[in-house]
Amino acid sequence: MSDRISYLKIKANEIRRKVVTMIYNSQSGHPGGSLSLADIIAVLYFDELRIDPQNPKWHARDRVILSKGHACPVLYAALAMRGYFDVEILDTLRKFESILQGHPDMNKVPGLDITTGSLGQGLSVGVGMALGAKADELDSRIFVLLGDGENNEGQVWEAAMSAAKYKLDNLTAIVDNNGLQNDGFCSEIMPMEPLDKKWEAFGWEVIKIDGHSIPEILDAFALMKTIKGKPVCILAKTVKGKGVSFMENVCSWHGTAPDTEQYRAAIEELERECCV
Amino acid sequence: MKCVATRDAFGDAIVEIGRENKDIYVIDCDISKSMKTTKFAECFPDRHINVGIAEQNAAGMAAGLATMGKIPFISTYAVFGSMRMCEQIRTTICYPGLNVKIACSHGGVTPGNDGVTHQAIEDMGIMRTLPNMAVIMGADYVSTKKLIKKAVNYYGPVYLRFTRDPVPIVYNEDDDFEIGKGKLVREGRDITIITIGDMLHQGIEAAEKLSMEGIEAELIDIHTLKPLDSGIIASSILKTGRAITVEDHNYFNGLGSAVAEVIAEMGHGKLKRIGLKDTFAESGDYKKLLKKYEMDSEYIIKTAKELLK
Repeated sequence: MSDRISYLKIKANEIRRKVVTMIYNSQSGHPGGSLSLADIIAVLYFDELRIDPQNPKWHARDRVILSKGHACPVLYAALAMRGYFDVEILDTLRKFESILQGHPDMNKVPGLDITTGSLGQGLSVGVGMALGAKADELDSRIFVLLGDGENNEGQVWEAAMSAAKYKLDNLTAIVDNNGLQNDGFCSEIMPMEPLDKKWEAFGWEVIKIDGHSIPEILDAFALMKTIKGKPVCILAKTVKGKGVSFMENVCSWHGTAPDTEQYRAAIEELERECCV
Repeated sequence: MKCVATRDAFGDAIVEIGRENKDIYVIDCDISKSMKTTKFAECFPDRHINVGIAEQNAAGMAAGLATMGKIPFISTYAVFGSMRMCEQIRTTICYPGLNVKIACSHGGVTPGNDGVTHQAIEDMGIMRTLPNMAVIMGADYVSTKKLIKKAVNYYGPVYLRFTRDPVPIVYNEDDDFEIGKGKLVREGRDITIITIGDMLHQGIEAAEKLSMEGIEAELIDIHTLKPLDSGIIASSILKTGRAITVEDHNYFNGLGSAVAEVIAEMGHGKLKRIGLKDTFAESGDYKKLLKKYEMDSEYIIKTAKELLK
């Protein structure tokens, strides 16, 4: 394994441990969809993004929109690890007067590019940012992270059409395709397959990957940069709760905090994984 | 009296603003001809976006553009601009306080013939409930154009409401307007008439006729519903003791309610509210609708006399 890949694996593992700890500390939050995004977030924040934690508002930066805002623990962990704010602040998640609101507030958290939490809206914001970046002749890329359940929202498809219309090849949607949404399996709540065909039909280049494979994520980001004249959708097959075996693919871990025993078991498993 | 729809003021102002400021964008929702933004689109094609019939997406795109330092004007009808995309405005524009302007024609019953589906009578009440949102409706072409220009330099979300049908031009080119500052149109000692938007001309007619009968009405054009100039309202009512609000809107939650809040908090003054009495209107000529739904100058006069009894 290359140094780059093992470095990113270690970062993803550290992000996962921070996610579980934050949610345990606050006894509130969404572990399932945070853990499914951890590898993608690790590659973004520790390899891909052109950002400067010393200058969070740098105009020419890349931007990340966590459209599935409830997964913010995973983003908060990465931002703290990159030095946007003190790692100890992670202990204040969802607590009174914390900068780490239950859903992310761009005016409170350094390094956060937009306020989210109401599903279905992030891709539209991304289209606006991508248009703005092109107008300013920036080579910034805009990443929008969506849940697969979030694809239920009609506004996602309104935004998808407009991104194709304006040929936004600086816009990447990453769909965290963990197959679960709040009330159950996506296939039961609101069947959306074939998702890849839907995004293609809306004018997007679709790249399908295993969202937990660091090499596949890296390859997808490399391929993405070669696509011209249209936006890119990375359809990332993931496992909700990934990394904590008793949370994996279990719907009830969408928005539940672990108790002390579960927390210890989760951390033990993640630490074991880290040392493999 | 020359009559012009205030949506025309938007069409003219946005071209002038667009020429002066390269950050101005217009996001249309497939009604650019009606919104009078086709000239902007011709002059500045790179800054004109048409999202089609997809207002919610327009709101999100505007938020994204605003984070890039642009000043987007979403251009649509008030029914859609306040309600179809309401939660997008609330969460993605108002909560972060982004510099997005929402420019809406077809306020109140001014799209007379279009009927209820296109007559926004709830919009100002909804918009004024949102933290960080300013709510503005100019009374005529002149004031609307000037207020649109002021909105560009007013950082944050602004809801601008226009008429579809022509309304009389009542102001002069040298009149000045400030966001959040009511306009004292006529001084009087007996009763205060407070209007917003197209109702100003009904207020002027009523005040003139009342004066002929020896009743001197003070007339205030409160073009900015929020932030409300409670000072001008309170000082007038302290003098007259009686007020009538007149709005082309449901008489709940809009101007009437805002003035009622001022009166209740200061504990002085009587109030009558004129507007749609918690009912939908219907298709028909704008002036006939105002008469039928008791929002015209005659009804203001009748109400004033009742209050003065």
